[in-house]
Amino acid sequence: MTEVLQVNNLRKTFRISAKQQKLERSVEKTRIAVDGVSFSARAGEIFGLLGPNGAGKTTTMRMLATLIRPDSGDALVDGASIVTQPTEVRSKIGFLTGDLKLEEFFTPNFLFDFFSDLHKIDPAVRETRKKELFDAFGVHEFAEVKVSNLSAGMRQKVSLAVSIVHNPDIIIFDEPTNGLDVLTAKTVTDFLLRLREQGKSVLLSTHIFSLVEKVCDRVGVLINGKMIVCDTLEAVCDGLPLEDRFFALYEKEVGALQ
Amino acid sequence: MKKNGTITILRKELARFFGDRRMLISIIIPGILIYVLYSFMGSALHTQFSTEDVSVSAAVVNLPASLESTMASTVGVTEYESEAEAMQGISAETADICVVFPADFDEKVALYDVSSGAAAPMVEIYYSSASESSLLGFELVSSLLDEYETSLVNKWDINAGAAVYDLISETDQTGSIFSMMLPMLLLIFLYSGCMAVGAEAIAGEKERGTIATMLITPVGRNSIAMGKIAAVSILGLISAASSTLGIIFSLPKLMSMDSMNISGGFYSMREYLMLGGVILSTVLVLVALICVISALAKSAKEAQTMLVPLMIVVMFVGVSSMFGGAAQTELYYYLIPLYNSVQCMSAILSFSASSGHIVLCIVSNIAFAGIGAWVLTRMFHSERIMFSK
Ligand SMILES: Nc1ncnc2c1ncn2[C@@H]1O[C@H](COP(=O)(O)OP(=O)(O)OP(=O)(O)O)[C@@H](O)[C@H]1O
Ligand SMILES: [Mg+2]
Repeated sequence: MTEVLQVNNLRKTFRISAKQQKLERSVEKTRIAVDGVSFSARAGEIFGLLGPNGAGKTTTMRMLATLIRPDSGDALVDGASIVTQPTEVRSKIGFLTGDLKLEEFFTPNFLFDFFSDLHKIDPAVRETRKKELFDAFGVHEFAEVKVSNLSAGMRQKVSLAVSIVHNPDIIIFDEPTNGLDVLTAKTVTDFLLRLREQGKSVLLSTHIFSLVEKVCDRVGVLINGKMIVCDTLEAVCDGLPLEDRFFALYEKEVGALQ
Repeated sequence: MKKNGTITILRKELARFFGDRRMLISIIIPGILIYVLYSFMGSALHTQFSTEDVSVSAAVVNLPASLESTMASTVGVTEYESEAEAMQGISAETADICVVFPADFDEKVALYDVSSGAAAPMVEIYYSSASESSLLGFELVSSLLDEYETSLVNKWDINAGAAVYDLISETDQTGSIFSMMLPMLLLIFLYSGCMAVGAEAIAGEKERGTIATMLITPVGRNSIAMGKIAAVSILGLISAASSTLGIIFSLPKLMSMDSMNISGGFYSMREYLMLGGVILSTVLVLVALICVISALAKSAKEAQTMLVPLMIVVMFVGVSSMFGGAAQTELYYYLIPLYNSVQCMSAILSFSASSGHIVLCIVSNIAFAGIGAWVLTRMFHSERIMFSK
């Protein structure tokens, strides 16, 4: 299988503002959020990025989505470099994180058209695409309701649909089931599996073990900005439940949990 | 049809503001408020200061058709055949003033050529400074003639031959107050109109995390910047237009004038065109400034707070037009943003604008706005500005 996403030694350091220092009661001036992360993801596979809060999952994904630039290292997205060819990368990926919000004032229908215009998609193609995605997520029922009047689950469905208007081959979802009830979460996981069937490459971040066990083909465990292990799910678990393996790795890396 | 990112974003912004009644009202309301407030102030002042109505009767000779109705609505008109008959009315105290037009006044005016050097058709007004109603009558009629005069294309003073009066006609006064106050008011309205919209459209979107959804699409940062600037400019212009209309409609009431003669035929197309160009280019400068500052802020509220000091600067520059005296002649003054606009606007409003200055002002404003747009694009590229914690 072809490796459509190759991540090479990504590194990102943030300057910590005085305000953030106070907020987090820390004195550090800089923080290494992502520390030399490398991995690769293939077409027709779901890659799970597993890690606790603050591990650097979102930061890694933001670098891949070209929202922020890595201090060093690079990644090739279907051959395009995130450092030197950001525009190409943006048209090749679908990206969703919790801190990307839909404008509350608009309806799902309007937003879908808006983003497909930004992706320069032909109106005829857009309509078939819209029908397909709105069907998959059941958005039709509230396609003309303003986002401000939608529940968290409905919003997430709209966000997912809108993030892949342009039918990208590489899909990067940051905690896509966060805050969703079991029913909505199932719609999302089912959809991830459908994407895999279509031969897409999905990069998924989460701290939910069961989700990884259910959908991921390969897993990378991220702790304190470092990729501790990166292998197939079977190899990482090594016969144990993923949760137990994770705690074992975490203790080895950071020290015993209180 | 090739889709243009700037247009897409502009359309979205406009849909956002025009679709939301609350937003729309916040854009329109200042104008309505100004109108209501000023009209109230005007009528309050009027009732407080106006003395009992004095009716003035005028003995008029050769009353031209073009002035018949305006004369009749201002003073009680009695027409006479000759000057001598009319003067008898004054001595008999049946008339307060006597107004003598040359025979065939309208035809003479129509045929008159300023460059010919010949004497202009002249109107004579006789009045008695001892009588209050006569004085008032003189004041009314001469201001009426002044108005008529400004409505003519070839301008000359039709009552030039009369003695020097220390009376300023009402229109003159309005005109000069207009040219004194309007640039300042316009600048402030433009600024405050753009300020609310700009803070919302840039810092507000940053705050709510919606701008990043655009940054991950292949549309260029410069398209986003241009789309935002265009949207804020249009909305700011609408808001400023509402405020300006509020002023134009309420000013006559404030000055207790009953007609709207200052807004109509007062300025020619050339003035309006120049004014439009200066206003448009000024809006671009203001919007570029506001957008750059808004982009620095983390929330719409923070942006508003950051924009207030600039508002004070803008007011200060605007006030300079009220005390600056005659318009600056040095060219470099027209390269200073905002100040150049104020200078140009007051020059246009007082009929003393030079095309060279106006063009220089517009060109330099567009250049400044271009620099602002470039800076905004750079800011959209900067992750520290867009994603700081
Ligand atoms: N813009 C920023 N400025 C400063 N520090 C940042 C910034 N973004 C992230 N960080 C820090 O970098 C570290 C990694 O953050 P990141 O959001 O990538 O973690 P995460 O794995 O996504 O965690 P979570 O599960 O909480 O979403 C954290 O310590 C965070 O405080
Ligand atoms: Mg995260």
